[in-house]
Amino acid sequence: MGDLLSSIIPNVVARAPQFWKACQETFQMVGIVGLLSVFIGIPFGVLLFTTKPGGILQNRPIYFVLNKICDIFRSIPFILLAMILLGLSRLVMGTAIGVKGAIIPLTFATVPFLGRQIEGALAEVSEGLVEAAQAMGCSPWEIVWRVYLKEATPGIARGVTITLVSLINFTAIAGAIGAGGLGNFAIQYGHQKSLPDIMWTVLLLIVVMVSLVQAIGNAVVKKTTH
Amino acid sequence: MNVIKLEHVSKTFGRETDGVHAVRDVTIHIAPGEIFGIIGYSGAGKSTLVRCINLLERPTAGTVTVDGQELTRMPERELRQARKKISMIFQLFNLMPSRTVEQNVAFPLKGSGLSREETRRKVLELLELVGLPDKAEAYPSQLSGGQKQRVAIARALASDPKVLLCDEATSALDPQTTQSILRLIKDINQKTGITVVVITHEMAVVKEICHRVAVMDKGRVVEEGSVFEVFSNPQQPVTRSFIATTSNLGKIEELIAANDPIVAVKPGEIVARLNYGQSNVSEAAISEVSRRFNVDVSIIFSNTEILDGQPLGGLVALISGDKVGEAIGYLSEKNVMVEVLKRG
Repeated sequence: MGDLLSSIIPNVVARAPQFWKACQETFQMVGIVGLLSVFIGIPFGVLLFTTKPGGILQNRPIYFVLNKICDIFRSIPFILLAMILLGLSRLVMGTAIGVKGAIIPLTFATVPFLGRQIEGALAEVSEGLVEAAQAMGCSPWEIVWRVYLKEATPGIARGVTITLVSLINFTAIAGAIGAGGLGNFAIQYGHQKSLPDIMWTVLLLIVVMVSLVQAIGNAVVKKTTH
Repeated sequence: MNVIKLEHVSKTFGRETDGVHAVRDVTIHIAPGEIFGIIGYSGAGKSTLVRCINLLERPTAGTVTVDGQELTRMPERELRQARKKISMIFQLFNLMPSRTVEQNVAFPLKGSGLSREETRRKVLELLELVGLPDKAEAYPSQLSGGQKQRVAIARALASDPKVLLCDEATSALDPQTTQSILRLIKDINQKTGITVVVITHEMAVVKEICHRVAVMDKGRVVEEGSVFEVFSNPQQPVTRSFIATTSNLGKIEELIAANDPIVAVKPGEIVARLNYGQSNVSEAAISEVSRRFNVDVSIIFSNTEILDGQPLGGLVALISGDKVGEAIGYLSEKNVMVEVLKRG
């Protein structure tokens, strides 16, 4: 097995420790930021949707602010967003490089992205269901939990899947500006040192990760759609 | 003692000056145990009016009192409690697609203090009541329209409401299913004494189950009374046009206008429309005049129904004989409304 790998991807095997470290860093970034964006992005999307004029918690100022935040952060290309957030990252995390340094820019990129996906998913819930719940005496927060979030589960799963896939993409870009991870590994060795087997191994690994995330997402969607 | 009291209720969407006046100064009192119909064409304001009963739409003027509580004065929190005793079913059922039938029916029971077993028992009883005891595990997408409405009725009854509001509850169903759902509502009304408000644009629905009816047009209630009163003696054009939708007696005018051979009259013959407006008349009147005045009555159209236990309707007939005039006079005395449409 070891011999076989050394003959197919000699340069990866030769740099096995760096390779494993890069894998770990990518998993850490996707894991931590994935969780953060779910925990911040879903409430963000819920607020974005429900504070809209005509929504069950309508509130013009809050909606205006959230909507603008979403538009602004979604329109900044990630590589520039990461650069302008270096200062904030240093302030909050104590560093602007490595996995720790990547968390803030990645979170700022994925939360508004997921927020919009959640907004769209909740919009798919029929107004009739909300009216029925109101007629049954549900409070706005009960409607959020028991109607919107519950009934939009397939749409939310789809949104989270798309967000995780873009997050994997963003981590590779973050690698280019000092975040480490597989992106950095591929750029440093595959690209700059022209070692094609490293480039292809990383690509293959990323494709496998994305496919896995997508497959899990699809399974959740299927299971929650009736 | 009225369970529902709407006093001078108005609802305007938008500004007072150029907004849409969906409901204008409506006062309706509904007694406990009554099935009250509100009929009107689409846009008449009936759906807005029914939403004013549970304050899904807050009236811009007037007061709403249900079961002794003035809802229009309540803060949101109390209003939500009060709504639990005012259930509603909808045209498109509004069942939660991600929940099973059992979970849908149990939806309003959350926070009611019932244990898991008690909830389950109650849900199964309700499913038994609506005739779907074997569908507890099914999802709404696996049910037919009629079955979905039955589940919605079970869900509506779960909180032991005093009032059931039906917003076009049968409008998405075929005529047979409509019948079965109406029978179910009538049954439940008789068994539990629940007060029912039925919003519809279908005359047939009102005839089938309502005790009293209000006719709505352009946001106002233009006519109100027992179903028999209103439909035996309609005062407003909109009421008449509803009656025409279920009666064929109006077709005679078309035949006369087209000079159809069916209505060709010889000298001395007449075509007349007879309407039974009162409960003491029946078809026997025809054979009576026929014997007494020696006239021939040949019926062209006939349309009678039993409304609220009383016959209502009439017929269009060709009457011939020497004493036609006297026969008509006699019928009028018997409270049959006679309209002579054509004379030979």
